[in-house]
Amino acid sequence: MIDTIGIIFIGLGIFFDLFGCLGLIRFPDLYNRLQASTKCVTFGTGSILFGTFLIVGFTAAGIKALFTIIFIVLTAPVSAHALSKSAHMSGIPLWQESVCDKLEDENRYKKNDQ
Amino acid sequence: MKKRLRWILGSVVLIIILYLILFYPFQILIYEKLLFIPVLKRVIFILLLSAAFCLFRIMKGPTALDRIVAIDILGILIVGLCSVLTITTGRSWYLDIGIAWALQSFIGTIALSKYMEGRDFDD
Amino acid sequence: MRSKIVLFIVALVVWLGFTWPPDLSHLLVGILVAIFVAYMTGDMFITRPHHLIHPLRYFWLFVYIPVFIWECFKANLDVVYRVIHPDVPINPGIVKVKTKLKSDTGITFLANSITLTPGTLSVDVDQDNGYLYIHWIHVFNEDVEGATKDIVRRFEYILERIFE
Repeated sequence: MIDTIGIIFIGLGIFFDLFGCLGLIRFPDLYNRLQASTKCVTFGTGSILFGTFLIVGFTAAGIKALFTIIFIVLTAPVSAHALSKSAHMSGIPLWQESVCDKLEDENRYKKNDQ
Repeated sequence: MKKRLRWILGSVVLIIILYLILFYPFQILIYEKLLFIPVLKRVIFILLLSAAFCLFRIMKGPTALDRIVAIDILGILIVGLCSVLTITTGRSWYLDIGIAWALQSFIGTIALSKYMEGRDFDD
Repeated sequence: MRSKIVLFIVALVVWLGFTWPPDLSHLLVGILVAIFVAYMTGDMFITRPHHLIHPLRYFWLFVYIPVFIWECFKANLDVVYRVIHPDVPINPGIVKVKTKLKSDTGITFLANSITLTPGTLSVDVDQDNGYLYIHWIHVFNEDVEGATKDIVRRFEYILERIFE
């Protein structure tokens, strides 16, 4: 029974992983790619690790899987944030059909002010 | 119109690959006491397909930061691959490899993004 | 000093988890290593240790975890829909939202939650005035108040009770 629930979690995680990486190919600019892949791959890998924990139980591997879930959920958004901030500072443009860019407006306003 | 055609072609190719992975009669030699292990051994190939998508973006990406994004995602994906390998082979040290890979990938991504900060995007 | 004790407990728990079947020799080495780590880097771990005693904060933390997982699941379904649609229905842009949170931990958790929930990714933080710049995959409201109502409100109510 618990093995079946674990295998369902692993299947869900692999589904989300596949579509996250497909988004890495299909989306047009860096920020959209970063969004799709970070969300999907983080949740998918967390789900795979939780399924591993359910199948293996409270052994050495299971406890390590739980710690890895906590670590990944804490660090993946941080690295996405660092990458997007660095991309915006080094001047990578948004997709040309984007609606608005408040951060760019703000920076231009500050530059004119000085 | 051309976009629709490309979408149909891509989805047909993807469905054929997924069908081959899940239902093609490979010879899976190893005897296992749990029933779902052969299914999991096929499912590993789906993760490898996702890793191939990441490698495609690393090969093609127009700027350096696109490649760094793909490397970051590849690092998180490999942790899931190590976790599935832990179940299929029954050896718990694969998960140790996963933890070490996650730590290295996080530190490497932070260092690379700090390095690229403020440079022009075609360096 | 309190911060060092908290770091000692956290490091010991992580060590015991990684060497799971508990054992006397592992426990001794773990206590030595945890004392060393806490002595070297304990000052920077947390800045307000007196907040850890409050039981009500832990209750709100347990309310926050299911809300976060549910929002995360919805975000994934949203991304899968946008990926497999033939026209890639996106309408992206960077908007500016205002937050009431002041502490470092609160803003960090808010930014992480925003990154993992439907269609949003935090790009930059202006901590002095309490503004966040957010890349939104489908912009509904361009002005500050509307975007704040759509993005920040679902977490700010809980995070304010945990971290402030």
